[in-house]
Amino acid sequence: MVATPLTEEQAWSVLRTVPDPEIPVISVTELGIVREIRTGPGEVTVVVTPTYSGCPATEVIAASIRDALQAAGAGNVHIETRLSPPWTTDWLAPQAAEKLRAYGIAPPGSRTASQTIRFVAPSPQCPRCGEKKTTRLSEFGSTACKAMYRCPSCLEPFEYFKPI
Amino acid sequence: MTNQHFIYLLRLADSPLILAQRLSEWCGHGPVLEEDLALSNMALDLIGQARLLLTHAGRVESRDRDEDQLAFLRMENKYRNLTIVELPNGDFGQTVTRNFLFSAYQVELWKRLQISTDTELAAIAAKSIKESTYHLSHSAEWVIRLGDGTEESHLRMQTALDQLWPYSAELFTSDDTDRSMAESGIGVDPSAFKTDWQSTVSQVIGEATLTLPADTPFVSSGKAGQHSEHMGHLLGELQYLQRTFPGAQW
Ligand SMILES: [Zn+2]
Repeated sequence: MVATPLTEEQAWSVLRTVPDPEIPVISVTELGIVREIRTGPGEVTVVVTPTYSGCPATEVIAASIRDALQAAGAGNVHIETRLSPPWTTDWLAPQAAEKLRAYGIAPPGSRTASQTIRFVAPSPQCPRCGEKKTTRLSEFGSTACKAMYRCPSCLEPFEYFKPI
Repeated sequence: MTNQHFIYLLRLADSPLILAQRLSEWCGHGPVLEEDLALSNMALDLIGQARLLLTHAGRVESRDRDEDQLAFLRMENKYRNLTIVELPNGDFGQTVTRNFLFSAYQVELWKRLQISTDTELAAIAAKSIKESTYHLSHSAEWVIRLGDGTEESHLRMQTALDQLWPYSAELFTSDDTDRSMAESGIGVDPSAFKTDWQSTVSQVIGEATLTLPADTPFVSSGKAGQHSEHMGHLLGELQYLQRTFPGAQW
């Protein structure tokens, strides 16, 4: 198949529709893991910086990126992993915060450059009722990127996207 | 030089690999659901670190071995992990005490390897330090909570610390490989950050009202490939699938 080559901008548009497998309300571009796209004759190279080293979603993400681009006629798709600089929640798109909240996940706060060994537990706002004083249940949640919290006001548990 | 570089990377990779195997044993057995999740999540982080390092080690070795071959098909004496990580989990207190001693070590290690002249290793270190810092906080919280807890929990934590402490000596022994890697700027001589590690450890142990055990002459030798009697059993489980169905894939 000789496809009309995809432009870089077209490739970005395609990836804006590829959801993160674990938090499907945000796309892989909103997650901030797509760092660069290069296009050449009959091929597209996507540079991805993984979130956590052991994140099991990494391979699923690579496969969905490849499928989406090929469906759009990209030809050969290369996924290049770039470890440095490491991924940070600062790379989440500005609109991701509201989408996470609507989905029931408290978006990450700012990163504290604290030098303490012990946890300085932030108190994220409850994504359901907006309560400001919430309690941490566990430093870990259903995935490596989240912690578990409880809201004393609406009594619902919720997850907090940890700032890293 | 290439061989020392390869061995050095194996050492960095094998400790998280073997500890991840131990932590995975907790899956479904954690004292509470939250901790079950925490230990499994940390195991995943450690497997992630090991995978990156093993893949890199395979490239440095240039003998066409990938991460799976290195993780699953080596003989026991070719594993270079620190002995402390292969010891059985013991109770929850012992597990978090080991996590504490080891993650405090990893944090110091990654901190220094971020400027390695091996740029791939530097990138892995920069990524891993975020995870290890989190593991350190998690385990430190538990060491303090259980150490400064009830009479029973205090006693168990002191026992855990006493049992694990002799194995901490190996963390800071250096040999020719360490020294040549430090000289070339690829690695770091672990004896160089013993003091920083000790300061973290004694601060938390103090807050936990526990007593630091005295050093003993015993030095374990896992990083040289000489393991405890527990390693064979651990590998039996770790390698079972690949030994039974060679080349099996997900
Ligand atoms: Zn609420």
